[in-house]
Amino acid sequence: MMKFLDFLKTNTVLLDGGMGTLLQARGLLPGESPERWSITPPEDVRAIHRAYFEAGSHVVNTNTFGANLLHFSAAELDVIIKAAVENARVARESARAPQEKYIALDIGPCGRLLRPYGDFDFEEAVTLFRETVRRGVAAGVDLITIETMNDSYETKAALLAVREETDLPVIVTNAYGEDGKLMTGATPAAMVAMLEGMGANAIGANCSLGPRGLVPVIEELLATSSLPVVLKPNAGLPIDRNGKTEYDISAEAFADEVAALCQRGVRVAGGCCGTTPDYIHALAARVAGIEPLPIENKTDTVVSSYTHAVHFGGMPLLIGERINPTGKKRLKQALMEGDTDYILNEGVRQQEAGVQLLDVNVGLPGIDETAVLTHAVCELQAIIDLPLVIDTASPAAMEAALRRYNGKPLLNSVNGKEESMHAIFPLMKKYGGAVIALTLDEDGIPETAEGRVAIARRILDTAATYGIDKKDVIFDTLTMTVSAEPQAAAVTLAALRTIRRELGCHTSLGVSNVSFGLPAREAINSTFFALAMENGLSAAILNPHSPDMMRAWYSFRALHGMDESCADYIACVPALQPAAPSATQPSAAPQAAAEAGSALQKAIARGMHERAAELTRACLTTRKGLCIVNEEIIPALDAVGRGFEEKTVYLPQLLMAAEAAKAAFTCIKDAMAADEASQNTRGPIVIATVQGDIHDIGKNIVKLLLENYGFAVSDLGKDVPPEEIVAEVLRLHAPIAALSALMTTTVPAMEETIRQLRAQAPWCNTIVGGAVLNREYAARIGADCYAKDAMEAVRCAEQLVKE
Amino acid sequence: MTPVCRKSYPPPPVDEREVLRYAGCREASEDMLALLAECRRMAEPTLAFRLCYREAPVAVHESTCDIGGARVSSASLAGHLAGCERVILFAATVGLGFDRLLARESRLSPARAVLLQALGAERIEALCDLFSAEMAKEKENEGLFCRSRFSPGYGDLPLAFQAPLFSLLDCERAIGLTLTGSGLMSPTKSVSALIGVAKERML
Repeated sequence: MMKFLDFLKTNTVLLDGGMGTLLQARGLLPGESPERWSITPPEDVRAIHRAYFEAGSHVVNTNTFGANLLHFSAAELDVIIKAAVENARVARESARAPQEKYIALDIGPCGRLLRPYGDFDFEEAVTLFRETVRRGVAAGVDLITIETMNDSYETKAALLAVREETDLPVIVTNAYGEDGKLMTGATPAAMVAMLEGMGANAIGANCSLGPRGLVPVIEELLATSSLPVVLKPNAGLPIDRNGKTEYDISAEAFADEVAALCQRGVRVAGGCCGTTPDYIHALAARVAGIEPLPIENKTDTVVSSYTHAVHFGGMPLLIGERINPTGKKRLKQALMEGDTDYILNEGVRQQEAGVQLLDVNVGLPGIDETAVLTHAVCELQAIIDLPLVIDTASPAAMEAALRRYNGKPLLNSVNGKEESMHAIFPLMKKYGGAVIALTLDEDGIPETAEGRVAIARRILDTAATYGIDKKDVIFDTLTMTVSAEPQAAAVTLAALRTIRRELGCHTSLGVSNVSFGLPAREAINSTFFALAMENGLSAAILNPHSPDMMRAWYSFRALHGMDESCADYIACVPALQPAAPSATQPSAAPQAAAEAGSALQKAIARGMHERAAELTRACLTTRKGLCIVNEEIIPALDAVGRGFEEKTVYLPQLLMAAEAAKAAFTCIKDAMAADEASQNTRGPIVIATVQGDIHDIGKNIVKLLLENYGFAVSDLGKDVPPEEIVAEVLRLHAPIAALSALMTTTVPAMEETIRQLRAQAPWCNTIVGGAVLNREYAARIGADCYAKDAMEAVRCAEQLVKE
Repeated sequence: MTPVCRKSYPPPPVDEREVLRYAGCREASEDMLALLAECRRMAEPTLAFRLCYREAPVAVHESTCDIGGARVSSASLAGHLAGCERVILFAATVGLGFDRLLARESRLSPARAVLLQALGAERIEALCDLFSAEMAKEKENEGLFCRSRFSPGYGDLPLAFQAPLFSLLDCERAIGLTLTGSGLMSPTKSVSALIGVAKERML
């Protein structure tokens, strides 16, 4: 028998059709496990496999769609997978059909949604799939099929599991909805970017729609994939015909539609729900006459997030640089305190400012970079859909973050040193990704453009030995300070131009170094940025809040016809104007400051957070931060809080005021020295939504108010195991733990957490809240205080620290 | 039992008063209405209106119901389905995109998160109402009558009934709806329910 991958090179491969539909026809009941039909007795499944081989299938999938340890015990899983593979083998031997015949281990979704939107951990999913793969490989399959995945993250977990268990070929197909995307938002191009990089052998679509409905998805796959494209659609939609389920596309019509797509380049085809051996037979007859189209190697440089792919080579891309603690006091503090919200805010603000990618660097002395970087990547990708640039000098931190990244990331960075290349390229090969390559090596940074280009060539040669295509290497020719070396900028640009034109690679620069030591640095930076773009710069790492840089970018696009009717340029102008001095801006007169004070109270009460920040800054010109807190912010908050307790103010209003107060606090914190700020906090309070519960709005509300009232809060997030809460309470010797649970099913986890706290941290008081709790229930599970809402939680905390 | 059918709807009209009611507001200031308008703008592109359903035979014996091969013991459900020979099972969701928005705003702005939470609740209810009304009309044309919808967790119908219900509806494949280990639905703004179909109008 020819090796599957060799066969695939020169042929259109025919897969099988539906299994579930046929088992139902043989008596499988709704809700019954199809996998058990492999065992007792095996004849039905064998007959179905044989019918597919005889209809012309080159590959049949084993009856193992849901065969995993969530559904079966380890012992039963052994039996089921062994029997399933054996059934396919018996069918292959008994089938009177001359074509090549392969057996694929079939892997469907595990049935649980991964964190953070579900509660199944990514690594647990990898382990789960590995258990299935290991058994399938031991039973002797020829290849693996990962199919019907509607979540990119779970797809990644499954493919990673396969690659960690075996070198067998693997086909990956996803279930796309009517909108042409996965349920979790990924486009076909985003899936191609991620799966190609991780070593899939064929990529495609199955289930969910009929062949016609999948045409746009297939077109996008054909346009972006350098691998064979797979199509395994349903036989249209199910209909009820006299109590029997049928599908609305006939075998002949199905075969016509699928064959038409094979003519356009699909190289692996079969059927999903509702298709039978008749469908495959009809398809085989049509495909026999089609010459397989060669698979074109695509040369685009692409990175992706969990939703979309970003291409290099069109307009220059902006990479936001603000999540990097170098020279940023507040970010350093946030990282040391584990204040993830601050980092998320930085990310969202840069996205709003218009960047296409986000750089993430958390390197600080004394920090567990592997843990913090991984955490930051997971948190950012949970709420921001931009591709991330994983920026670290530590290969261990890089690997941990790459593993959890949901897409194809950009790695920052590799360089011409042997050690760097041999650390980074294997990670790229395993997890996928493109990389920023710095043109320096063991001898430092060459002074000439030729020297830098020579290093670039060497980096490409080494990358090639790892099987990494040059399209995935983006060169940074290193911006040097022009005030120290007059030719510095010219050399950087010359190297950039040569790499772009002669090596055909994309480029990236951080530009701000160029102006070091000079006055009016923004003028030099933005001019250099414009020059670099003109010389072929594909991406820049920059501060998107710099009006000069953004103006240069919008202008460049307008001048190069990359901005239709100059619409973006026109739209950006007002946003990039220097802020006009507002009426309440420091005239420094005490009277104005006093007016700003009472206006601040009003702004907080009305929940106008920008106005509150502006007024706070005005107050700070004449008054001390603490004085503003005690005389303006706290009284304003108290008034709103009392209103809430008296039911004249509603929850959204209370929160709007709390957010405005937070904006005011942030201004004051920024103005204070770090030690001064920390002297004036109470607590700390450890807060969490308990294990099993994924609702965290209530918890976040309580956190916001506690912070407003001066408590230091350590937020552990949602779905937090008791052990983790206890560990944090012990670490901080926290006097209070605040726990939230929304569902009756998760109250036992709350009770367990309290029990463990009692045993290990007897000094710690607990405040509990959540929709299903009341005072009696709270007392019954051993809580010290029950808070019916966020204001009451604040009052409880104040009471507890007073005692 | 009929096959599992999937359906997508265009957005039903928003009832802002209902949203404010879910957010716990009996009246709304201008600032709050402005914030709600902002939330609606943010939510609109993230919302999907998807559901899957199938019709199954039901047999009620005392407090036990047999529904398409799944058996559940619940006096409340048995009472609700008394006189029904068939039942429509359905699950509906506004999708994961909305959960992402909610998660994001919950980190950035709890005020918006509270209004979005309320908006999500109103949206999924509106979707269920739309579907229920459609089914009621369809059945009425056949001379049959639909009971009001009934979900796991109502009365003594255990939340544990979600698992067989999800399996009957093939929820994950059909609309991307899953159960967590503790039995919660993800995406969170989702509803699963049963609608009894009877020959007689309910007295």
